[in-house]
Amino acid sequence: MTGYILKRLLSAIPVLFGITIIVFLIMALIPGDPATAILGSFATPENVEKLNRDLGLDKSLVQQYFIWLGNMLTGDFGTSFALNRPVIDEVLERFNATLVLAGTAFVLCSLFGVAAGVISAANQYGWADKGITFVVLLGISIPSFFLGMMMILFFAVNLRWFPVSGMWPIYGDRDFGALISHLTLPAIALAVVATGVIARLARSAMLEVLRQDFIRTARAKGVDERGVIWRHALKAAMVSIIPVLGIQAGFVLSGAVYIEIVFQWPGVGRMLVDAILKRDILLVQGGVVFVAACYVLFNIAVDVAQSLLDPRIKT
Amino acid sequence: MMAFLTLLARNRLAMAGGIVLSLVILLVLLTPILPLADPDVTDTGNRFKPPFSEGALLGTDHLGRDLLSRLLWGTQLSLAVGFSAAIIAATLGAAIGIIAGFYGGRTDNIIMRGVDMLMAFPYILLALAIVAALGPGLFNALIAVAAVNVPFFARNIRGITVGIAHKEFVDAARLAGMSNARIILTEVLPNVIPVIIIAMSTTIGWMILETAGLSFLGLGSQPPQADLGSMLGEARSALITNPHTSIVPGVMILIIVMSINLLGDGVRDALDPRLKSGALSRPMAATMVKREAPAPTSEGKGLLEAQELQTQFHVKDRVYRAAGGVSLHVEKGECLGIIGESGSGKSVTALSVMGLVASPPGVITGGAVRYEGKDLIGVPYKQLRDMRGRNVAYIFQDPLATLHPLYRVGDQLIEAIRSHRPIGKEEGRAKAIELLEAVRIPNAAKRITDYPHEMSGGMRQRVGIAMALANDPDVIIADEPTTALDVTVQAQILALLDDLRKSRGLAIVFITHDFGVVAQLCDRVAVMYAGRIVEEGQTADILDNPRHPYTARLMACVPELGEGKRRLEAIPGLPPVVDKLPAGCAFADRCDKVQDACRQGDIPLERNGARAVRCLFPETPLKEAAE
Repeated sequence: MTGYILKRLLSAIPVLFGITIIVFLIMALIPGDPATAILGSFATPENVEKLNRDLGLDKSLVQQYFIWLGNMLTGDFGTSFALNRPVIDEVLERFNATLVLAGTAFVLCSLFGVAAGVISAANQYGWADKGITFVVLLGISIPSFFLGMMMILFFAVNLRWFPVSGMWPIYGDRDFGALISHLTLPAIALAVVATGVIARLARSAMLEVLRQDFIRTARAKGVDERGVIWRHALKAAMVSIIPVLGIQAGFVLSGAVYIEIVFQWPGVGRMLVDAILKRDILLVQGGVVFVAACYVLFNIAVDVAQSLLDPRIKT
Repeated sequence: MMAFLTLLARNRLAMAGGIVLSLVILLVLLTPILPLADPDVTDTGNRFKPPFSEGALLGTDHLGRDLLSRLLWGTQLSLAVGFSAAIIAATLGAAIGIIAGFYGGRTDNIIMRGVDMLMAFPYILLALAIVAALGPGLFNALIAVAAVNVPFFARNIRGITVGIAHKEFVDAARLAGMSNARIILTEVLPNVIPVIIIAMSTTIGWMILETAGLSFLGLGSQPPQADLGSMLGEARSALITNPHTSIVPGVMILIIVMSINLLGDGVRDALDPRLKSGALSRPMAATMVKREAPAPTSEGKGLLEAQELQTQFHVKDRVYRAAGGVSLHVEKGECLGIIGESGSGKSVTALSVMGLVASPPGVITGGAVRYEGKDLIGVPYKQLRDMRGRNVAYIFQDPLATLHPLYRVGDQLIEAIRSHRPIGKEEGRAKAIELLEAVRIPNAAKRITDYPHEMSGGMRQRVGIAMALANDPDVIIADEPTTALDVTVQAQILALLDDLRKSRGLAIVFITHDFGVVAQLCDRVAVMYAGRIVEEGQTADILDNPRHPYTARLMACVPELGEGKRRLEAIPGLPPVVDKLPAGCAFADRCDKVQDACRQGDIPLERNGARAVRCLFPETPLKEAAE
């Protein structure tokens, strides 16, 4: 198993390189001169030239890439000019908040998505199935930011069950209870779409598995229907559900952008949008590379989980 | 194309989605000629007018602009951008996918590595990066959304193209000297278009959501121009005081995306051949029972007895009579063979006993199955489950498919026991080893931790048998247990079953299409054809003296060792399809002794002692044999 994990980690290296190249290329395509963008249109040519030299922009693209990459490998992602703060510090701090939000949402959507799919499949064409199918359709069709706004309106403003926005209370203790009450609405709003997607897939994966011969064997030996559905069928269906969980993790992680804006959650997505609007290129680059790299690592964890579940995968 | 449209039209939800979407599109097309206020004229004196107020049906926004007008113009923009993004992504993605899949080799490798890299990004993050580079703006948002969807299309289309590129018609086109470009356009493209359409119909909703999302973040359309996303974004600051400005564009997005998703699902279902037959329905815990007549009274024959058992498959409006009134019985310690071609109804008969026929589409419509005289058809599921494996156990054909691939064989054995009585961990382990030893698996203690795929076919089938023995059943129904195995292993398994029968007094129902197996193992044989028993009797009797022409022909199909150059007689024609059985004898069309009387009506199973035959003109008359 350790060997397999190592192998997967090694195979991630070219992917990580690819990610840095793509991000670098996208940023290199930016029309206009970053120095002018930073200094504003009243900058003197001398100042622009000096800044270009400071930023290393007078070198060739290849040189620039390797300098940037080398710095990143030593943990130096550069300095955000808008915040006047090392990019890595800002990204790490913001990523923590995103991780709390996206992690909770991911757990929610995995649990509820799979459960809804299984119940739906087990009661195919029954009322539970029809109800779940309808809710799922609604869930995958509603924009998460609109859903978030409506939840604020209803649960925070009208019913006053939850705070309107933010991660912590402005006054008062930053304890676990406060976090939960701030987290509930955004985590649910973020999880809804992914829950729908997972539920749909889980349903069809379960239907596929329930037709297999080994399910008939389980029934023939007298396993009760609950065991057939939740043990035999679900375990086999998980083989095709787990990769989708991995993909949905990416959606949840990046879809957090909208939720962070709506709920004013101090996460990395909101940071990125601000950085884009201020054209704070280094912060965008650093943030995107960092989040994408985390996602790649997460996907390795998904592969490992898959190999633990399915002994037929060569490890 | 017509078939596709009728299928689509039959799907009510898809129709509803299609109608709503058409209405929205129609409204949007009419927008320029509708008498609407200018969407961009501000009138701060009349800001935040509520819906249904005079002169503003949906009210006004924070700058006093007419919401209805802005909504329609915004919808137009959102739809245009969403559809354009989908078309760009589909075109580019399909082009890349076809090139990679068609040329293969290094081209494929390099392209797909790049696609994998792009797919390693969380989707929205990549779109953000692209917008960051190009700068905010609706056109740039369109490019970003299209770009992040290209890899998805490329990968899907490549998969299909690889399959097509090696088909005969493509080879033929190559041999005919067609250029690659022409082959792609005339041979490959038409075959991938359905896949492109499916992929588009399922992703277009996403793309509309994504562009709306970018606009919502302020990275898409810039004021005063507004699509639905940016309307929502601008309204956010007034969410609490004037929610209608948020609800109006939000609900519109929901309506559009939902109708597209409904329509897209319909398109996918109509184009995906796997779903066409309605095959994707799950079998229920027990076969459905709809007995039209009361159960026949018990004749008290045997330990397990089927009486006039009828099992049908109801597929749409067709009824397949898989078992059309089968009567059988098996005594304790006896082995009954059921023999027939594929589709003769022998497996369905056997599976009906414990309600294991997949349902839907299977329905038991008549007759009775008696265990120790008690009818099992229609008993509550709990009772049936309790008997499965404990009284009547099954051994199935292909042990690789019938064992759970992800559980260790030991655990599968223990579970069989635990389904009927609680058993501790250690005891369970000991019992599992004991069972594996009983079916002569060497190194049983080690092999209980194996997964099915780590065993050979013969070993797997031994596990299958061990599992059937786990609860000391009285009856074992073996459904072609040796068909998937090679001949030597087959002989071992048969010998094992015979030993178990003798040592445990098991009743065995052995289903096969192989007379050699029958001769080796069975005391009595029933021959089935088109869902009915056509002949029955002691094994030796039938082998020596087949009465039904079908039995005789079936035996002539078996090569015999030492018989020299006997010609193998294949039976001409095919067995009848059991939804349109002819009147009279079902074998009439393939029988070379057929007479008019054979087609005149139902032919009864004539019985004389242990021997029975369903034929008007048997090879030797039934009476004669009895004397």
